[in-house]
Amino acid sequence: MQISAPSFSWKEAVRVGVLGGAIAILISLVGMVAAFGERYIVYGWFSMGQVLFLAPILFMVSLTLRREKASTSSKTVLHSLLAGAVGGVMLAVLVLLGQVINLRAVLVNASPRLYGMLTFNQGLPAGPFVLIAVTALLGAVAGAYHLLPPRWQRTLSQAVIWLILTGLMRDLIMNIVVRWRLVGELFKTVLFASSGLQPIGAIVLLLLIGGLVYWRSGQPAGRGFSLKNQPPTIRWASIAGIVLIFLTLPQILGVYFSEILDNVMMYILMGLGLNIVVGFAGLLDLGYVAFFAIGAYTMGVLTSPELRAEPLTYWQALPFALVISFISGLILGLPVLKLRGDYLAIVTLGFGEIVRLLVLSDWLRPWLGGTQGIQLIAQPRIGSMVLNTQEELYYLFLLGVGIILFIAIRLKDSRLGRAWMALREDEDVAMAMGINHVVVKLLAFATGAVFSGLAGTIFAAKLTSVYPHSMNFLVSINVLALLILGGMGSIPGAFVGALVLIGAPELLREFAEFRYLVYGALLVTMMVTRPEGLWPEERRRLELHEAEEELKGAEPVPAS
Amino acid sequence: MLRMWRQRVTLTDLVIWGLGILILVGVVWGSIQTLRLGKYTLAIWYDLIITGLALGGVYALIALGYTLVYGILRMINFAHSEIFMSGAFTATFAADALYQAGWWNSYPVLSLLIVLLVAATVSATIAFSVERIAYRPLRYAPRLVPLITAIGTSFFLQYTFRGLYGSGQKGYPDMDIFQGAIVFGDVRILKTQLVAIVGAVIMMVILFSIVQYTKIGKAMRSVSEDKETAALMGIDVDRIISTTFLLGGISAGVAGILFLILFPVAHFFMGFVPGLKAFTSAVLGGIGNVPGAFLGGVLLGLLESVGPSLFLDGLGIPAPYQLKDAIAFTILVFILIFRPTGILGERMAQTKL
Repeated sequence: MQISAPSFSWKEAVRVGVLGGAIAILISLVGMVAAFGERYIVYGWFSMGQVLFLAPILFMVSLTLRREKASTSSKTVLHSLLAGAVGGVMLAVLVLLGQVINLRAVLVNASPRLYGMLTFNQGLPAGPFVLIAVTALLGAVAGAYHLLPPRWQRTLSQAVIWLILTGLMRDLIMNIVVRWRLVGELFKTVLFASSGLQPIGAIVLLLLIGGLVYWRSGQPAGRGFSLKNQPPTIRWASIAGIVLIFLTLPQILGVYFSEILDNVMMYILMGLGLNIVVGFAGLLDLGYVAFFAIGAYTMGVLTSPELRAEPLTYWQALPFALVISFISGLILGLPVLKLRGDYLAIVTLGFGEIVRLLVLSDWLRPWLGGTQGIQLIAQPRIGSMVLNTQEELYYLFLLGVGIILFIAIRLKDSRLGRAWMALREDEDVAMAMGINHVVVKLLAFATGAVFSGLAGTIFAAKLTSVYPHSMNFLVSINVLALLILGGMGSIPGAFVGALVLIGAPELLREFAEFRYLVYGALLVTMMVTRPEGLWPEERRRLELHEAEEELKGAEPVPAS
Repeated sequence: MLRMWRQRVTLTDLVIWGLGILILVGVVWGSIQTLRLGKYTLAIWYDLIITGLALGGVYALIALGYTLVYGILRMINFAHSEIFMSGAFTATFAADALYQAGWWNSYPVLSLLIVLLVAATVSATIAFSVERIAYRPLRYAPRLVPLITAIGTSFFLQYTFRGLYGSGQKGYPDMDIFQGAIVFGDVRILKTQLVAIVGAVIMMVILFSIVQYTKIGKAMRSVSEDKETAALMGIDVDRIISTTFLLGGISAGVAGILFLILFPVAHFFMGFVPGLKAFTSAVLGGIGNVPGAFLGGVLLGLLESVGPSLFLDGLGIPAPYQLKDAIAFTILVFILIFRPTGILGERMAQTKL
């Protein structure tokens, strides 16, 4: 085992600075900095774009400081300052290089606007120096932060993080509070600007959150609020409260945000389904979108007057769609029973692509509509009311999620659920214990397929049309990414993942272009640093860290 | 005997075999129909075969990257298709610059070498960095973890290059010396196809000799047999793994240029489908096996090129060429199900998976 150097040496500082600067340059050249340039956190002062190129440098410095357990000397601050300055120099070199050579011929995002953002619009001779000064200062701040007592560290970091989040969530918060006259006015004039926060509001918020965190971290530990410890009346009241909030959510949020919510719910449905296949049973399915497509297309074929003389209604077609999803889950499951791990992933990916190509082909066009898809799909009606607005469809999604959630929770600790987990942990041992792996695996695929098929039917009804282009591989990746973020095998994890990965990008529309870039980076970072996810399932966490524990135990003690 | 057979064969086996036989019958029936009707002349068949060979050579070179990495790390380097893309996409800019400078047609050999160098360098750098940053920390993690990392890396690279170079398509200039065709009797070979075939064969021979006859190749093979023992014999395993990624990257870069000579358009998504097909080739030939990658690539190229006209057309499927990718994926699925070791593969897939 390598014993880390006791202090943060200047060589290390330069290395960290170069690394942070390189990440910052990458983020700049990919176009994220300029894209988020108008998304202010504090209006007129600093924007998300600036956060994006300053954060990597700050992050690298503080990460190294934490890892190195640097000594609490003034040298730490000095070296952090150096690291920050090196990062700034790298960005400054990019700006200067951009003045000499036309980088834009190759790198489309190396625009004057980017250079302006990087130099804080200070013009040419001064700009790069301002940039280096700012990053150096930030480095020094990171070093000083490291020397603070933990209580102050927590206060500071939480306050800054909440400030940024509040600034970014401006539209959502304004949308909610605007109904309440007085509060709405107050928020509009004091806290928020047309984009991001007002400077005064930011300071107030910073002090408020900082004070709260400082006060809370002074309290004795272990007073977290847990539903399980409360008396039954409070427990039921809180559950009723949560249900009530969910029921009134579209009224609170309005049309635009209801649609975002619908998308989130759709992905929660798919996430819960894939959670059974990947999370519980450990079968990595990369062609999961196929079942979504099958559900949506079954709904389309059965209810669209384009393809049938006597179209069914939504509710009549629903059981067919679910049964067909179930059967297709079995059909996919049968051939891949013997495959494990990465081969399974590739085969399912191949299946997903085959389904998409078949739907796209002219061969099946008379039945599936080819590239033009299917239009005029029936929307569900209850009595004489047709569910066609986003708010009304929300309740359909809510019903679906409710039912699926109930099934998923019940399945998890059932005999079948435990059999899935046994298979995931060790297939051979599970078979030796008498688990019928054929039936159990097939049921995993089929259950996951039904959940996804249900999501597909609601999706078809929501858009009243389906196109082969909306059934691509990226949908599978979205679902996989949200599961991994939340924690594979964890039911609340699917909710967290969907909210963060599907909901948040819709709030920040600039983000759409970088969505999969961030997802990719997220998958890698999660796997390297926290493979169990944000809201891990306990058994899964143990499993993933078991190997590490063994390795630690087995590692020979270095001779001193 | 019969009872033993009945006990060993389960219902699922029957279903799978039934499915396989169904497809086989379809292929044979379709081929007979096409040949009986005589829709295509001999010249067209030769054309399709040559196209398939050229395509197969490119697949084989990409497949090599999958095979080398799989042989050593037992993981599917899902990001390899993006390693291929990165080299090719970057090289189009170099080619464009050379074209603008007027070198492209006045010094074609030099230009080609420069472009090859650019593509190979970029691909190798990306391959090397991916291994260092993403895969090395996960060397002893459970099996799904590196695979998910590889998928993440693939997306990260794809959209990074989209951000860097833009989301549009970028043309690769034609070279005057590659225009036209060579004719032997009935057989007509486009010069671009000839270049792709010859280039792929040369590259394959070089890489095969590196793996088979050099010291580093010997080290690679020993690491692939057993990492711990290789380390005990004084082999720096980490360095050998890095070298493997570098070699895979170089061959992907060269493949990228050959691909551009055949299909002169680059974009950020260009790696996905060729990558998946190259993976299919690697599996088809036997993953972990260098000659297998070549065999698999050529076979897949041929099937993909000849297949739609040969058996899909005979079955009366309209516009069969739309389904050429579906053929490749179907082959992938069936090879993995029926013979995961591929044509030349040893029982490698069984032992570690």
